[in-house]
Amino acid sequence: MKIPSMKNIRNFCIIAHIDHGKSTLADRLLDYTGSVTDREKQDQLLDNMDLERERGITIKSHAIQMDYEYEGEKYVLNLIDTPGHVDFSYEVSRSIAACEGALLIVDAAQSIQAQTISNLYLALENDLEIIPVLNKVDLPSANPEEVTDDIVDLLGCTPEEVIHASGKTGFGVDNVLAAIIKRIPAPKGDPTAPLQALIFDSVYNTFRGIETYFRVFNGEIKKGQHIKFVATNKDYYADEIGTLKLNQVAKQSVKAGDVGYLITGIKTAKEVKVGDTITDFAKPTTNIVEGFEDVKPMVFAGIYPVDTEDYEDLRASMEKLQLNDASLVFQPESSAALGFGFRCGFLGMLHMEIIQERLEREFDMTVITTVPNVSYHAYTNKNPDEAIIVNNPSDLPEPSTLNRVEEPYIKATIITKADFVGNVMSLCIEKRGNITNQTYLTTERVELTFEMPLAEIVFDFYDRLKTVSKGYASFDYHPIGMKPSKLVRLDILLNAQTVDALSALIHADNAQYIGRKMCEKLKELIPRQQFDIPVQAAIGAKIISRETIKALRKDVTAKCYGGDISRKRKLLEKQKKGKKRMRQVGNVEIPQQAFMAVLKLND
Amino acid sequence: MLFRIRCEFIYIKFLVIAGIYIHIPFCKQACHYCDFHFSTSLKKKDDLIQCLVKELRLRKNELGNEVIETIYFGGGTPSLLDRDELSLLIDAVYKFYIVSEHPEITLEANPDDLSVKQINELKTTQVNRLSIGIQSFFERDLKLMNRAHSQKEAKASLSLATQYFDNISLDLIYGIPGLSNEEWIENIEIALSYNVPHISCYALTVEPKTALESFIKKGIIDDVDDDLAQEQFYILVEKLEASGFVNYELSNFGIPKYISKNNSAYWLGKPYLGIGPSAHSFNGDQRSWNVSNNTKYIKSIQKNELPVEREVLTITDKFNEYVMTGLRTIWGVSLKGVELSFGNNYKKYLLQQSEIYIKQHLLYIEDDKLLTTKKGKFLSDGIASNLFKINLS
Repeated sequence: MKIPSMKNIRNFCIIAHIDHGKSTLADRLLDYTGSVTDREKQDQLLDNMDLERERGITIKSHAIQMDYEYEGEKYVLNLIDTPGHVDFSYEVSRSIAACEGALLIVDAAQSIQAQTISNLYLALENDLEIIPVLNKVDLPSANPEEVTDDIVDLLGCTPEEVIHASGKTGFGVDNVLAAIIKRIPAPKGDPTAPLQALIFDSVYNTFRGIETYFRVFNGEIKKGQHIKFVATNKDYYADEIGTLKLNQVAKQSVKAGDVGYLITGIKTAKEVKVGDTITDFAKPTTNIVEGFEDVKPMVFAGIYPVDTEDYEDLRASMEKLQLNDASLVFQPESSAALGFGFRCGFLGMLHMEIIQERLEREFDMTVITTVPNVSYHAYTNKNPDEAIIVNNPSDLPEPSTLNRVEEPYIKATIITKADFVGNVMSLCIEKRGNITNQTYLTTERVELTFEMPLAEIVFDFYDRLKTVSKGYASFDYHPIGMKPSKLVRLDILLNAQTVDALSALIHADNAQYIGRKMCEKLKELIPRQQFDIPVQAAIGAKIISRETIKALRKDVTAKCYGGDISRKRKLLEKQKKGKKRMRQVGNVEIPQQAFMAVLKLND
Repeated sequence: MLFRIRCEFIYIKFLVIAGIYIHIPFCKQACHYCDFHFSTSLKKKDDLIQCLVKELRLRKNELGNEVIETIYFGGGTPSLLDRDELSLLIDAVYKFYIVSEHPEITLEANPDDLSVKQINELKTTQVNRLSIGIQSFFERDLKLMNRAHSQKEAKASLSLATQYFDNISLDLIYGIPGLSNEEWIENIEIALSYNVPHISCYALTVEPKTALESFIKKGIIDDVDDDLAQEQFYILVEKLEASGFVNYELSNFGIPKYISKNNSAYWLGKPYLGIGPSAHSFNGDQRSWNVSNNTKYIKSIQKNELPVEREVLTITDKFNEYVMTGLRTIWGVSLKGVELSFGNNYKKYLLQQSEIYIKQHLLYIEDDKLLTTKKGKFLSDGIASNLFKINLS
């Protein structure tokens, strides 16, 4: 087939809230355009990580090219699938920058959510053409009229422009495709100008190294070309380039307006920065793609091998993971309680969970994760102008030497039903939030904006928000800088011994409450042992709370005859295996989940 | 005292060769705490007894030339069997196996079954030991556990049985919600007043999927209290030892000449054959167990097929079982025995793992044996678990 010219290319992404049917609708598009054979069909085609399929979320960006004939003309449609979670908002922004249009998918029963809105604003800022799609119209609970009104209010479009569809039945997919072709503008660019392409994602392949996904704005990229990545200032040869069908299709060149992949023999994801510009080495563009940022981790936690002997294996696994997830950062640290491990930086709480799960699934590494914290700036009296970066409770200087501490703040946007505004507000105030705006998007739906400390998001915020809003709240945030804070380090003592891995950095006003809750939770999580174990929370030398785990009095089954022996042995073997996964601090055995106890204080 | 116990140990070790356990899976009514296999429908009793006889025949070569030293009727409620049924089964054992000259033949009996008539009948069989399920001398406890007998029947059965049998064991249960320490002492004293030579005492255990568990979950009955159970265990040991009993296994107490040979076999790793639905067998290397369903059991045996599943024990399994059972007994875990049976590495491992418990006074070593202290005994499962060898995959 002749490669269609730029006017027959459409680049688009999909903006949707989790569970609004993005991946299913994408499956239908692939189906309808014949981009997958029956044999290749499976649910959530683009989410090729098991974790993505199971959780129904998109973690990595993906791209796929579809061929489609419309009114006698052949078109190439590049769909760039984006992650849907706030932890990955930078990746989303880069994917959006690679497109001319976006499908705004809204669940006909649930209407617009906060994450959708913030991504929509991003798309509007990038001048993307928005095609609103009302999905799941076949659901009995669908409320198409009202949700259409919501969309019209939000976009200022007409009700007729909203396409009704169902990813489940395939209804309306033809209209969606027609709208993509008719409404989204063809890419503009100069195919003869020096190469200018945007990196919007990269994927690690064990055999081929890093595969870089890009969108060409100007010029063209040719097989064998000597190219340069602008931000990292490194040059490579384009060993292989091509377009992204369900499988990669190698090409001689990818021209302005199109989307493709590039293989250069790069082995680590760190060298390929999302948002970077690819250009020609000899004839570089003067026109760098705007908006490049070095992504910074927001949340830090220690990751330790369950078995101390696995430290080197863990290091190797983390390094491999970093090959395909450049946003993961880590450095060695050690803990008296947990031995050798790593202090890791994550984009957010979901990212942290994902890393933990991927370590387990892909590398068979079971790890202990410590209480996460954000990154603080501490200033000492001696050096009041020089910030000490505190990513770990043990990095906080002695209270007596401390001049001041600053903590990161965010602007949080919550969209909820009018009924729950009171609940959500009191939660945010409890979380040290300051309300800055309250807008009624419709009579039923309210957008609340807060300024609050990022640290408060780390401690059981999502679960609480879900509870107080009965699940009808969506949440999004972005950082707005550092503000002064009253920070203390809360230490936990078991059997009179400080367990460093249980220490947490906490706002002074919350310390009493969290200290008490921690002691209660640990009493629940740490199994009774052969002696009484005092559990204490302390700030410096001052004990602020205490519980006692009473000694075990009976740990033996009364009967042990012929029929019991085998069953009992297996039970005790299982118990022993469970204990193997516990950490011994002094005499006390601590189960893994205790190290994350502070996150589950209200369970 | 110690010398005599050691004699007992040697006695058991050399004379208990193999045992046969016969499971009688019928009860008149279900005790609330019981998770053993039984049926309260007696319809299939005749068929089942025929099948027990047949299973004895089908498995006659399993023990090779081992001499049968003990025959044990357990249940269920074996005292539901009449004289002829018992004799039929005992005769079958004699017919298909080599039985020693003076075997111990035990029948588990419920007090309500032990009438003058039945005791007289039993006396004409070869049964020479009774294990009577008294559980408590308090009406309230018997009701709570849904026992079929009354406090009066409990006492009457003992008065009667002791006139006909000298080798009698009785069962008591402690740690029952509502049972005070004073009442527990009273139970022990009443039991002692009958001068029986053997007493088994069990801490009430809430097994999954029993009526007891459900009542506790619903709040109808208070949960069992481990602290109280421990206190009552200490009272028990003190009282019975003062009366000349040896606490030879966690839940078993005997006047030295009357230590149950059948039970000891389990803890000393001796072979035994389990006949009947749900019964377990062990031949030294392999454990097997019959299906826990009367109908399936009968159908299978009638087709000359053993309704059995098996597992072969690895060296580590055997080590773990020896540690687990050994710590429960007065014979402890013999370090020499471990070295001889499992090798020096196992012995070293065992000593190294024991160290912390020896420091905590939960274990001690005496005469080259690893033993639990008074306090350690009631924690011996957790301790055993930590002494286990585990292959972490």
